[in-house]
Amino acid sequence: MGPTVTTETVAGCTFRLSRAGSGSPILFLHGAGGAAVWLPFMEALAERHELLVPEHPGFGASDTPDWLDNVGDLAYFYLDVIDRLGLEGLHLVGASLGGWIAAELAVRSCARLKSLTLVAPAGIHVKGVRKGDVFMWSADETARRLFHNQELAEAMIAAPQNEAAQMARMKNSLALAKLAWHPRFYNPDLEKWLHRVSVPTLLIWGEHDQVIPPAYGPAFARLIPGARLEIVGDCGHLPHVEQPVAFVSLVNRFIGGGGT
Amino acid sequence: MKFYFMHLMPYADLDQSYDEKYNSAWVTLPNTYYDPKKGHVLYNRYLDELELADALGFDGICVNEHHQNAYGLMPIPAVTAGALSRRTKQAKIAVLGRALPLLNNPLTVAEEYAMLDNITGGRLIAGFVRGIGAEYHASGVNPAESHDRFHEAHDLILRAWTEPGPFVFEGKYYHFDYVNTWPRPYQQPCPPIWIPSQGSRETIEWAAAPERKYTYLQTFTPAAMLARYMAMYKEVAQGYGYTASEEQLGWSVPLYVAESDEIAHREAKPHIEAFLNKFLRMPMEMLLPPGYLSLQSMAGVMKAKTSIGTRQSIDDVIAKGMFLCGGVATIRARLEQYQKEIGFGHLLTMLQFGTLPAELTRKNIEIFAREVMPYFRG
Repeated sequence: MGPTVTTETVAGCTFRLSRAGSGSPILFLHGAGGAAVWLPFMEALAERHELLVPEHPGFGASDTPDWLDNVGDLAYFYLDVIDRLGLEGLHLVGASLGGWIAAELAVRSCARLKSLTLVAPAGIHVKGVRKGDVFMWSADETARRLFHNQELAEAMIAAPQNEAAQMARMKNSLALAKLAWHPRFYNPDLEKWLHRVSVPTLLIWGEHDQVIPPAYGPAFARLIPGARLEIVGDCGHLPHVEQPVAFVSLVNRFIGGGGT
Repeated sequence: MKFYFMHLMPYADLDQSYDEKYNSAWVTLPNTYYDPKKGHVLYNRYLDELELADALGFDGICVNEHHQNAYGLMPIPAVTAGALSRRTKQAKIAVLGRALPLLNNPLTVAEEYAMLDNITGGRLIAGFVRGIGAEYHASGVNPAESHDRFHEAHDLILRAWTEPGPFVFEGKYYHFDYVNTWPRPYQQPCPPIWIPSQGSRETIEWAAAPERKYTYLQTFTPAAMLARYMAMYKEVAQGYGYTASEEQLGWSVPLYVAESDEIAHREAKPHIEAFLNKFLRMPMEMLLPPGYLSLQSMAGVMKAKTSIGTRQSIDDVIAKGMFLCGGVATIRARLEQYQKEIGFGHLLTMLQFGTLPAELTRKNIEIFAREVMPYFRG
């Protein structure tokens, strides 16, 4: 099937938006790797929901606006996007960097949200638990550390690279550095306000996550009232990619997979 | 042509087998590899070498800045420059550091440079750099902000030196209600400013601008690239409506001169190869963190598939003109040729490199000062 891809402009920033399916809306906020490719978990979520997948300002085919300095800017940007698209009763799902954006958005306003799903989100720091230094890892090492199943890592390493893909990767890395270099993948103020999240919240973590260690799961669960933590076995940092069936089933059970 | 002796002050006693366990001499190499007793000896030896250059009539001596590494032991170059400022009498002292973006308060650089300039009675040459990529891993400063922080810090320091204080500085990264630097620089309106670079059009366009006309210093680059960037500076200056002088162009290069080509090659080989393959060693991710270069420059680097991370021999770097090595006649001839073809006014010789020991360094400095410099000074 595949998505319908459009170009939208909000807050002076033109960005790429993919959407597919119908039913209650899900807004998926991608991680550091971007959202250039429509993935199997997206296709599966779009079977029962209207799924919207924007590329963040600074990433992929989206503009890099002058105002982009930190994750808080993206939280406000997506609040504007939600207003613009007239989304109500929205299920917000964010992975890794996208989970951080989603959490920052939710502490600012849950008015349009019906639920929040954070997949191995960045955003907080647990003393003594170091995140993986993705900026120091080579491309090959990154692939090997992202996945628990090393066959997936080797497939990613072996995938042919063209110049456009390399440029996109460098653009994404630049945006990631801008947002997350220091403090490394967190905002010291976020944990103070996570109690403001007032919608049901699901946390999903890969059992063998080497980027944001699973110890961050219980820490987030303590900070967000009523949040539930689900650990996905045989899985690294990307449950939605590495274990898409388990991931989609967790999400559908949590938000109600019955469509409208 | 003016002659300078540039020192990196490497930790020459580094256990050369470190690379069996670690992939870099920077940032992640444990500092337990550093022995302070040996360090004490090295620092004093290196300062002696710079002082010798002053006594032998070099126009200037240069210190450097790098952090958390075995390649260069001058994280705070003002300490070495300060030590030199009283022991040397005539040479200019160039601080070819101060990585401005790494600082939370760049006014400390306005202050330390002004102090050096006052103590030496105007012998300071003020370098401004961004630091290499590894510095951003070591300091935590965001490489994506590197260019902007550099320019803002530079503007702040220049104003602190040239505008009566106190005044208000309103920037994005730096905001001060009272900029009122004491002491003011000895040289008026400010010390000469040098901009070391590995080569970039953006840097050249900025340095060559008529309101700046800073000396652009090409560091450790193949001669062909050196020629290209020096020509670019001249062309950019023409575009601004003036002719660049040789004073605005400098070249920094490791150099070894000895009694003959054969002796020079034999004596320099293990030490320049240690410099290339041990001290410079670092992975691409450490050297070029995202944002350190513009996307366009980064794409260029990727395309060029640079020699970073590959082993280099003495003959590789001699062939590329990245290392000048030979007997007196050879060194004279090559410098004469490069100077004629490329037209730089400042030659920064790195007469100690890698593991080059004290006696060979001393011989190198002496032969260069006695046999090469006078040849060009006429």
